[in-house]
Amino acid sequence: MLTYLIQRFGQALVTVAAMATLVFVGVYAIADPIDMLAAPDATPDERAAIGAQLGLDRSLPVQFGTFAWRALHGDLGRSFVYNEPALSVILQRLPATLELALTALVLAVAVGLPLGLWAGLKPSSGSGRTIMTGSILAFSLPNFWQGLMLVLVFAVTLGWFPAGGRGETVNVLGIETGLLTLDGLRHLVLPAVNLALFKLAVVIRLARAGTREAMLQDYVRFARAKGLSPARIVGVHVLKNILLPVVTVIGLELGSMIAFAVVTETVFAWPGIGKLLIDSINRLDRPVIVAYLMLTVCLFVAINLIVDLIYAALDPRVRLSEAA
Amino acid sequence: MTAPVLALEDLSVSFKAGGREHVAVDRVSLTVGRGEVLGLVGESGSGKSVTGLALMGLIEAPGRVSGGRILLEGRDIAGLPEAELRPLRGRRMAMIFQDPMTTLNPVLRVETQVVEAIRAHERVGAAAARARAREALVKVGIPAPDARLRAYPHQLSGGMRQRIAIAIALLHAPALLIADEPTTALDVTIQAQILAEAQALCAEMGTALIWITHDLAVVAGLGDRLCVMYAGRIVEAGPVADVIEAPLHPYSARLIASAPSRNARGVPLAQIPGMAPALTDRPPGCAFALRCACATPDCAAPPPTARAEPSRFALCRHPLQPARFT
Repeated sequence: MLTYLIQRFGQALVTVAAMATLVFVGVYAIADPIDMLAAPDATPDERAAIGAQLGLDRSLPVQFGTFAWRALHGDLGRSFVYNEPALSVILQRLPATLELALTALVLAVAVGLPLGLWAGLKPSSGSGRTIMTGSILAFSLPNFWQGLMLVLVFAVTLGWFPAGGRGETVNVLGIETGLLTLDGLRHLVLPAVNLALFKLAVVIRLARAGTREAMLQDYVRFARAKGLSPARIVGVHVLKNILLPVVTVIGLELGSMIAFAVVTETVFAWPGIGKLLIDSINRLDRPVIVAYLMLTVCLFVAINLIVDLIYAALDPRVRLSEAA
Repeated sequence: MTAPVLALEDLSVSFKAGGREHVAVDRVSLTVGRGEVLGLVGESGSGKSVTGLALMGLIEAPGRVSGGRILLEGRDIAGLPEAELRPLRGRRMAMIFQDPMTTLNPVLRVETQVVEAIRAHERVGAAAARARAREALVKVGIPAPDARLRAYPHQLSGGMRQRIAIAIALLHAPALLIADEPTTALDVTIQAQILAEAQALCAEMGTALIWITHDLAVVAGLGDRLCVMYAGRIVEAGPVADVIEAPLHPYSARLIASAPSRNARGVPLAQIPGMAPALTDRPPGCAFALRCACATPDCAAPPPTARAEPSRFALCRHPLQPARFT
């Protein structure tokens, strides 16, 4: 177990280092940030002063060396735009995104699992077919368009929910959250639904396929022969088996939801890290971009690790230490 | 005289495919008394497993019980709704299946799977149920029952798993146990043990046992009575020893002759030429006629019932032993 964790940690370090190098060089190659930072009518002297101040006047190897040395000491640089440490710029925005992603995840699983189970148990019924058709639709709609339609229908036409922003937040243990205020929750509904729809479709399809397969297994037949109630057979015997693929996929999807909720955050003006990333790319705010992607890699590694651990807990056959 | 534990009267099961109904089990009648062991023998596709599932009410669409009665302890259970069948399953009638690797749920502990079977039919506390589960495992000869209860199925051997399945099936001392080739997937030595244990336990509880198998050698040492199935019908029935020593039906005779243990060393194994007719293509007359050495043109008509003593019968126009037709 310890060896396993150390191995995973080593892999993560290599990934983070490789990614940081690629992104640093890539962003350097795109354009000179001074063009974005200096006023359009700035004199060459003023431009040179900004460059010297930010260390942009030096060669790529020197700039990268400085970055790498500081990164090793936990300093990911200061944002060119906000003039604050890049990491803290990101961490300020993280709660908003986590709130959005976790709500979307809970929504996708809480709605998707029962629907998928139902569609798997009654594959040829009208309701089963309707669920599957709906999931294909949710699967294929472009996220941005779907977001705009949600705004159009529920915010503009019906006026049920606000169209954008995060609403009122309260500070709990140093974290700004909108989950505890009615206004915050109302603001959360549309973006969370928009982010959840695609994952919902994925969960439905996985749950349905898993259920159909499980229902044909001998253990289900034996469970019926034991006289168990259908609720027990589906709720325990089938559900526990179909959770395995669902957990794997959901874990990976959670990572991508946190890291790349960009479209949803842009459409709904949600002040999370996805929107920060887009803004930073537009302004060539290199320290924020690099720090953001490094954080994302760490996030993915952590989530994958957690998925592996949950998987081992759900499926006794992968519990290596207890085997034999 | 009390009613037999199980009486099938002209049970038929059919499957719908391509707009037509195909009869997989055709007018099967048999009775099993308390504590009696009945061997149900036939080759693959003869309808023996489907018969077993029909008894439990476990035939799934597109199949259905299309005729006849299933009298369990005198009560007709054919076509009972799920809600009324469920209290019977596992309590009055139980079934074990062929592959012990797949009949236990791989992600649930043995304990969970035994205890849930107890609590499906009785209101007992968790501790009491666990004690019962332990006791049940001891009864089927499982050593270290506490460790086995905590184990997952994949940590146990095939024989151990089948023992657990038997323990689960016999938890409520059912009137009837249907064993659908439960030893086919096991080693020969384990087969014999399981067979003997299942038989002893059933005798002890007075449970009637229907042992479905394709292996005549298994039944020869096991049953009181024997039914031979071919193409969905029981073609011969009678006391085990009589049927094996002097079969009435040519199919039974050929089946017995093809058992490896009956052949002299060095002689090629006897075979039955041809194949059993497919479910979609069953003749109106004797289904074995095309493969039968005794067949005459008469065999294209539905075969009569040939009866002999003691309480034997065969569906054949040309029985191999003296018999009277009814």
